[in-house]
Amino acid sequence: MDQIRASSETPEDSAAGLPALRGTASDATLRRVLIDVLGVNADAVAAFTAETGLFGHLPELDSMAVATLLTEIEDRFHIVIDDDEVDGELLETYGALLAFIDEKSARG
Amino acid sequence: MAIAFDSARPRRLLILPALFDEAHKLRQLTVAVMRMLDHAGIDSFLPDLPGCNESLQPLTRQDLARWRHAAQAAACHFAATHMLTIRAGAMLASGGLPGWRYAPTGGDAQLRTMLRAAQIGAREMGRDLSLAALQETGRTAGVALAGYSLGPRLFADLEEARLEQSHVLIDIPQEALGESGLWLRAEPDMSPTQARALADILIRGVAP
Repeated sequence: MDQIRASSETPEDSAAGLPALRGTASDATLRRVLIDVLGVNADAVAAFTAETGLFGHLPELDSMAVATLLTEIEDRFHIVIDDDEVDGELLETYGALLAFIDEKSARG
Repeated sequence: MAIAFDSARPRRLLILPALFDEAHKLRQLTVAVMRMLDHAGIDSFLPDLPGCNESLQPLTRQDLARWRHAAQAAACHFAATHMLTIRAGAMLASGGLPGWRYAPTGGDAQLRTMLRAAQIGAREMGRDLSLAALQETGRTAGVALAGYSLGPRLFADLEEARLEQSHVLIDIPQEALGESGLWLRAEPDMSPTQARALADILIRGVAP
C-alpha cells in the first residue's frame, strides 16, 4: 500500500551529521537512540564516555525505558538481542552497550 | 468515554489510539492534532477502548475481537468518514473507512517490549524471571505487564498480532514527521512540530 513519502533525512543520517558526535557510525546511531529515549539534547549525550553509567545511573531509565531502548536498538541496528543476553553488565555503561552492539553486528 | 471535537461537520475522523504505555506517551500529541483538525474544519473522535483509560470495564476481560467490535461501534456512533490508527491501534482497524496508520506496529512487537520490561524489572529486584515462564503464565492465567493486567485471551491475541499490510489505510512512517517517535521517550513528552506535521498530512488527505 502507499506510504507517505519520508523526508530525506533519516534518524541515522542526522545522528551522523551531529557535529558533537564523533566516532564510528554505530557510536553515532547509539547516541541518537539514547537522545530519543532520554528526551535530552544532543550535547548531553555527546558528553557520554565509555564509562558513563546507564541502567541504575540515569533516573529516566526505568525497566520500561530500557526495554524500549533495546527494542529500538534491534530495529536500528537490525540485530536481535536474545533475552539471556540482557543482564546488568550489558546495560551498565555506554561503552559496554556499544561494544555489545558492535560485536553482535559483526557476527551478523 | 471519548474526547470529541464535534461540530456536526461533514468530515469526521475516528482515531484508534496507541495501546498501553504508548497511549500515554502519545496522548498529548494526539489531542494536539485533534485541536489542529478542529481549526481546519474537521471533527475528530478519540474513544477509550474497553478496559483502557476511563472505561469502567476490566482490562482483564478484553481481547482484540472486543476491541475491534468497539472500534466499529465507535465508527458508526460518531458517523466517521475517515480513520487514523496510531501505533498498535493499527490492529483494530476494520470496516473499510479510508484513512491512515501512523507509525503502525504489531501487537507482537509491543508485547515483546512489555515482557522484556517485566523481565528487566524482576532482575533489578534480584529475581530471575524466564521469558518462557512469563509467556506461559500470560497464556494460561494472564499476567500484569508494565502495570497493565492482560487477561489470557488478550495476551494470546497480542502474541499472534503481527502487523499486516493494509489495503485501505495509508501508512505514515515516523520519518514523515521529521523527528523521532514520542513513544520512545522514557517520560511522556510533546512535540508541536510533529503534531503540526501529522495534522497537515491528515488535513490534506481528508480535504475533498
